[in-house]
Amino acid sequence: MKINIIINEQRKEILIKDNEYLIDVLRRNNYLSVRRGCDNTSCGVCTVLLNDKPVPSCSVLAIRCNNQRITTVEGIADEAEKLAKYFGEEGADQCGFCNPSMALTVYSLKLENPNASDDEIKEYLVGNLCRCTGYVAQHLAIKRYLGDKL
Amino acid sequence: MMEINKYVAPNSFDEVYNLLQDNKLNKIIGGGAWLKISMKKADTLIGLENLNLDYIKEENEFFEIGAMTPLRKIELNKDIRTLFSGFFNEAISKIMGVTVRNIATIGGSIMGKFAFSDLLPVLVVLDVRLKFYKIGELSFYEFLQMAKIPNDILLSIKVSKGNGLGYFHKVSKTHLDFAILNLAVVRTDRFKIAVGSRPRITKLLVNTNNFLNSQAVINDDVLLQAIEIALEEADLGDNLKASKEYREVLLKSYLKRALKQVIR
Amino acid sequence: MKVVNNRINSIDGLGVMKGRKAFTDDFFEKESLIIKVLRSPHPFAKIVSIKKDKAEELDGIEMILTHHDFKRIPFTRAGQGYPEPSPHDKFVLDEYVRYIGDEVLAVVGSDEETCLKALDLIEVEYEVLEPVLDFESAKDNKIIIHPEPEIHQMFEIGFDPKKNLAASYHMHIGDVSKSLDESDYVIRETFFTQAQAHAMLEPHTVNARMDYQNRLMIYSSTQTPFHVRRIISQALEIPLAKIRIIKPRVGGGFGGKQAIHGEMLVAYVTFKTQKPCKLTFTRKEVFESSYSRHPMRIDIALGASKDGLLKAIDCKILSDTGAYGEHALTVFMVAGSKVLPLYNKVDSVRFYGDVVYTNHTPAGAFRGYGAIQGNFALESAIDILCEKMHVDPIAFRQKNMIKETETSPIFAIMGEGTEGTAMSMDTCKLEECVERGMKLIGWNEMYPKKEAGDRIRSVGMAIAMQGSGIPYIDMGSATIKLNDDGFYNLMVGATEIGQGSDTVLTQIAAEELMTDVDKVVVYSSDTDLTPFDVGAYASSTTYVSGNAVKKAASELKQMMIEEAAKILEVSNKEINFDGKLFSSGDKLISLIDFSNRLTYSEDQKQLQVTSSYVGHKSPPPFMAGFVEISIDKETYEITIENYVSVVDCGTTINPMLAKGQVDGAIVQGLGMAMFEDVKYSKNGKLISNDFLNYKIPTRLDILKLTTEFVDSYEQSGPFGAKSVGEIGIDTPPAALANAVFNALGVRIKDLPITPEKIMREMRSKQ
Repeated sequence: MKINIIINEQRKEILIKDNEYLIDVLRRNNYLSVRRGCDNTSCGVCTVLLNDKPVPSCSVLAIRCNNQRITTVEGIADEAEKLAKYFGEEGADQCGFCNPSMALTVYSLKLENPNASDDEIKEYLVGNLCRCTGYVAQHLAIKRYLGDKL
Repeated sequence: MMEINKYVAPNSFDEVYNLLQDNKLNKIIGGGAWLKISMKKADTLIGLENLNLDYIKEENEFFEIGAMTPLRKIELNKDIRTLFSGFFNEAISKIMGVTVRNIATIGGSIMGKFAFSDLLPVLVVLDVRLKFYKIGELSFYEFLQMAKIPNDILLSIKVSKGNGLGYFHKVSKTHLDFAILNLAVVRTDRFKIAVGSRPRITKLLVNTNNFLNSQAVINDDVLLQAIEIALEEADLGDNLKASKEYREVLLKSYLKRALKQVIR
Repeated sequence: MKVVNNRINSIDGLGVMKGRKAFTDDFFEKESLIIKVLRSPHPFAKIVSIKKDKAEELDGIEMILTHHDFKRIPFTRAGQGYPEPSPHDKFVLDEYVRYIGDEVLAVVGSDEETCLKALDLIEVEYEVLEPVLDFESAKDNKIIIHPEPEIHQMFEIGFDPKKNLAASYHMHIGDVSKSLDESDYVIRETFFTQAQAHAMLEPHTVNARMDYQNRLMIYSSTQTPFHVRRIISQALEIPLAKIRIIKPRVGGGFGGKQAIHGEMLVAYVTFKTQKPCKLTFTRKEVFESSYSRHPMRIDIALGASKDGLLKAIDCKILSDTGAYGEHALTVFMVAGSKVLPLYNKVDSVRFYGDVVYTNHTPAGAFRGYGAIQGNFALESAIDILCEKMHVDPIAFRQKNMIKETETSPIFAIMGEGTEGTAMSMDTCKLEECVERGMKLIGWNEMYPKKEAGDRIRSVGMAIAMQGSGIPYIDMGSATIKLNDDGFYNLMVGATEIGQGSDTVLTQIAAEELMTDVDKVVVYSSDTDLTPFDVGAYASSTTYVSGNAVKKAASELKQMMIEEAAKILEVSNKEINFDGKLFSSGDKLISLIDFSNRLTYSEDQKQLQVTSSYVGHKSPPPFMAGFVEISIDKETYEITIENYVSVVDCGTTINPMLAKGQVDGAIVQGLGMAMFEDVKYSKNGKLISNDFLNYKIPTRLDILKLTTEFVDSYEQSGPFGAKSVGEIGIDTPPAALANAVFNALGVRIKDLPITPEKIMREMRSKQ
């Protein structure tokens, strides 16, 4: 069936199957920044924003996104660039596979709780696994990003 | 991927109910995260998004939470946080990560009756009341005792307000893991203790509660006795995560800490 | 130095964060056929018959491949230099399946749903065989996992499949039994290390197409594009010249992509059908059907004299390589060669043992590569010995550990699969690492433990070493060319897998050419366009590939100076080049003008250099790892309060990225020490086959990491660098085991160290 979905502020009409997940619909419509790490919400890599809230796109049926707003990292390009600057300065760049989903989740944290404490940052992001960095440099970069009130 | 014939989002409860009765393979989907893992095939997948079940209402004596309310919404609700030291919100915050809690619903978490659930021990000590479409109201405790999950639509849960202290603790290997054991305690003028992920589904420790409630004074001796009763009553077991022996060590230790905390 | 050892942002972080197409599965062709593999439900079975006609008739099914479709050419999937030190014991598809998850057949169709439907329609009849699931009973078991007549070793590695041996090894120096007899103190202990899953976030994936020159062009998430190309060519008999492998961004490897995964099937399908295709592993397949770390049983005996000298080390290892022998011998050897030399003053050493086949998921390369297993055993044993001797464990190490300018006879004897290379420690700052680490963790105030209410706080430590490439075997090369407008292209075979090699190699080139990093554009890992490199393993990239880059840059600089001399009409010696300007007295020409002139105006030529490097030694990085923990007195739950790492890796080409390597490795090491456990059911089925069941550390699990580098300059390395990719992973298991002992007096000798195991030890102590 056809659904109307607003992706990064652009209204799109997409033909989907009832059992298709959002991640597959997004990827086959060329939103390749949305990536697959597991398939059962246990890694965080597929995170996108659904009406500004971070959700696991591997487990959200596309059909439930009819007339909903989806944001991928392309939709928060300036924020992603800002976060990338801090990641670069803290040496938090490694494989980068988790980075776009990280940018979306961190941006969502900024909206929800811009003055988050260290623990609150870690709790908010606990579902976003990273295997490369050991988390320390990422955390410093995220703190600086949240502290950047510009 | 799940094999489904179609997805529908009906506009009436009757429609949903009839679909459920028509075919065992017609299923209601909550957030869908767990369903994806546990279910391979459904005929019609039923979404309740058009039935206005996403709400948190405050009344004089209780909160009413719609079955389709995402866990994260409840977790962040400041009013619910005032209940019993915020242990309800605390328990929810331990479930997976923020992204899952944005889609997982309280209805789905209840109807799944997961043994590993961090939510159910809290619901049982709060003695919440479940409202179903056809069956009507049930206490959560009754729901737990039922052999089969009712083939009905869960509409909402009622959480009674009250004065007292609450405690929730989850023991797990990493901070993003199922519980090895979890524990919920509430003390109003009475004690209520429930243990979950035993590894089996949460159990209200009735005998332990009765014992504590019958004591005029709660001193160290009484605590020790209560723990002995609890160890017996909790009926702990083995699974891949831990042995019965280790779970007993955990229960002994954390029940003591829980009681000490709610006695203050 | 202006660029090297400076805080330089990675060159690719911005693009990747912004979500640009970068990873392998971003590049498949639109009409790619999908390959889905039917995987064995039995740990050991023979395929008797395959009924696939119903599946073949499905609309959209292109072909169904079985073992009948392939010529029987055995190969190894291990990405190693040729001839490989791993047995050639794998066929593309075989009539035997050897672990739950092994490839039975491959369905090729237009989309995933069709392929899955086809899989359901295929009937396979198996003769179920009794499996070997206990590695301690594998050797000489009457059940033979590899009965095929065609399999072989490429040179003597102790391969004896009739005994279920993938490899075996023995070395000794002196007479270890005699030394032990003469020792005043002897301990004998047995340790077990578990299998560990890499759990890189990007699942293995590969896609292929025929290009307009009718060549097979493959994108693969791999650590070894050149080895993959060769192995495919040999196994499928496709001329090497017809194959091109490109490695895009890789979402983590850690050794798990240092071997063939889906490339063989993808190459075959595209070459045969001439249509593009792709194969992506599900997370379940990554766990069950790729590789994991070799679990080991390590028997160690140590002997010491009254005056605190370590006299003898006797080390026997049994390693489980699973169903196939990738990296079997070499991981085994590193468990000795990159651990035992830490205590180089012993009179005698013996290191020996077997690597056996079992019907488990194959083991393969994984960061540390044997060193983490060996380190857990040796560094735990040293603490046990010190306890028996009533000596301080740090003082004992300081007395016996290897120091700068010293050597160990082990270096000459043990290489990776072959003889080793003698070398002295031109740089070894272990002493400084230990001292600095003690200070940072507050060792003297804390050792052995401190009461803290209902918890106990304690500290534990371990020292470690690794290597920097494999001497006389690993070759890296680099091509640098000068463009108009005075910027350079750097082409390297070296494989960026997230460890920052693109950035680091760019920095080395920029430093040598005295320019900025944004004037050097790097392109890596394309078997057509970049010169050869073995790939990202053995901590070789900075040292081996980096040296090649430095050489190439230096040679290009010389070439440019020669040309500038001609232009300015002076001799080479009279040219001064500062990276931007060629000058001689008051004659000058800017680099930009120079490059434009050479490209368009006069005496035009392309200045370009390709240079290669092979190491003559493998200078080890060293580190001292210290952990501070707190343990709950009743429940034995452990919290990692702080992990201090002090590392000697020579010059840190990029100090931030070097720190990232250590931090990331420490957390993986702590994962192995505490949380991660590859678990099989008693029927051989992998239970821990997703992230819900296999737990890697989260950001809440480790409270603090403190990582520092000591001043060190390795002459033979590029700008003084050694390596830093693996060293970080080695110390956590032993450091943690030692800290637990210091807190509670109980010794956990099998990983992971869990509260429940501690409980059992505490109870048996009472």
